[in-house]
Amino acid sequence: MTRLIEPVLAVALAILWISPLLVAVWAAFHNVSDAINFRPTAPLTLDNFRTAWEGAPWLRYFLNSFLLVTSILIGQFVLATLAGFAFAQVRFRGRDAVFTLVLLQLFILPEVLIVENYRVAARLGLLDTILGIGAPYMASAFGIFLMRQAFKSVPRDLDEAARVEGCSLLGVLWRVYVPAARPTYIAYALVSVATHWNNFLWPLIVTNTDSARPLTVGLSIFGAPENGVDISVISAATLMVVAPLLILFLVFQRRFVQAFLTAGIK
Amino acid sequence: MTDLSQAEQRRRAIHGWLLLSPALAMLGTFAFYPSVATFWTSLWSRGTRRRPSEFAGLENYRALLEDPTFWKVAWNNLLYAGTTIPLSIAIALAMALWANSKIPARSFVRTAYFTPTVLPMIAAGNLWLFFYTPSFGIINKVGALFGAPAVNWLGQPETALWAICLVTVWKESGFFMIFYLAALQTIPPDLKEAAEIEGASRWTYTRRIVLPLLMPTTLFILVNAMINSVKLIDHLFILTKGGPSDSSKLILYYIWENAYAYFDRPAAAAMTVLVLIGLGLLAAFQFTVLDRRTHYR
Repeated sequence: MTRLIEPVLAVALAILWISPLLVAVWAAFHNVSDAINFRPTAPLTLDNFRTAWEGAPWLRYFLNSFLLVTSILIGQFVLATLAGFAFAQVRFRGRDAVFTLVLLQLFILPEVLIVENYRVAARLGLLDTILGIGAPYMASAFGIFLMRQAFKSVPRDLDEAARVEGCSLLGVLWRVYVPAARPTYIAYALVSVATHWNNFLWPLIVTNTDSARPLTVGLSIFGAPENGVDISVISAATLMVVAPLLILFLVFQRRFVQAFLTAGIK
Repeated sequence: MTDLSQAEQRRRAIHGWLLLSPALAMLGTFAFYPSVATFWTSLWSRGTRRRPSEFAGLENYRALLEDPTFWKVAWNNLLYAGTTIPLSIAIALAMALWANSKIPARSFVRTAYFTPTVLPMIAAGNLWLFFYTPSFGIINKVGALFGAPAVNWLGQPETALWAICLVTVWKESGFFMIFYLAALQTIPPDLKEAAEIEGASRWTYTRRIVLPLLMPTTLFILVNAMINSVKLIDHLFILTKGGPSDSSKLILYYIWENAYAYFDRPAAAAMTVLVLIGLGLLAAFQFTVLDRRTHYR
């Protein structure tokens, strides 16, 4: 008896969990009245996607989101690699104290500092720019910590061999440590892309024109009640926005889950 | 490494600081300086066109403590954390136990649980609108089948916060499941065999062996969930905007509102400082009470 109940519960919960997505798919392919009345035989339509696509500069938003996650990722890679290497493999006085200071940032969430960060961004002339959205996230204590752990597990012999061959400090970093930490980079990249592709509050505050708005902010403006779009069109727009990451996730599922784990275990 | 010359040591120190400097510069600009500046701002009065702002000491904090909305919002956030954290951890645990057992359609089940994690919270808000809308929302439709009266879930103070909580639980559980799943896979199979030989039931095995072994993971998830309960507010922008009558307003939303809708920066700053203190206490808790080794291998 229990053998049967548990799988049924598990699958029921799974269906419940993706039902918001399923309902959105249903709504997006039907006109409003068919969608809300759940007539199973109602004809399918692509009109909602057409209306949604024409309702906002989505291409611009996609491009902005893409540029945003790329620039954040590059910034994070560079800063976390250099700092992580210093914390893992260069011995000098004051290192541990600075490391503790850096770890503090795990709790000083950029989300909480929005007001003051806005002023900083304004003073640096970064308002309404993609760099302005990305900059507060580039030096991530979490990324530094992750790279430090990865570099610590690189065998000392490799390092020494490279030095004997006459490699400089940065040469060793680039030729030995960075290649050895590839899996960590991939995991970090997936988590970073997922986080920043989905981020909303800070981009909302920093941007005020379409020129820098990412998808999430674009979607929230598009779906605002004063824009008078119906629920089918909102569903279509939502699906368009979540599609890239969702497809990426479904294709590279195992990788994704692994990435969240590696990154989460810290 | 005892015979290192002083020159060598100095060279290393220079290298170390050079490697750190880009990250420290950015952290300084976007984390440490803003934290200090927020505290400083919170000590000044709100300037108007006629009257420039002046030093006010703890006046903003006093005003905040007298602001009923602040208490309402702080209480909401406590309820929000107190509801979503235990619920999502419990559901995550159930999900992980199922996703780790030999059930049919296991990979579908795992994928379905994890999917909300990769969706933006803004999109989640849109998806859930369909469930909550009074005239044609799915929850009401299903309720009507059982003769329940239609409820305006997001539009009345009694239910708005709970509706927000539900979306958060939906979004978080799958994420936490992943950590439980990983922890479950590190439990040696001999333990299970031993328990079976001893004749222990599955429930006893789960309660006496699995759950204690999952404690470190639970604590790790708990800290993460507490941090997230401050951060996860995006769906408010779509679903309720904190209303009706502040019933679903959370503290970060209120900070945003004070700063960008009411232009009351000092009040926003004072609240930010209080949140930072809260997060700092959490950090202290994690570093001192929790076993460091289990979390930072």
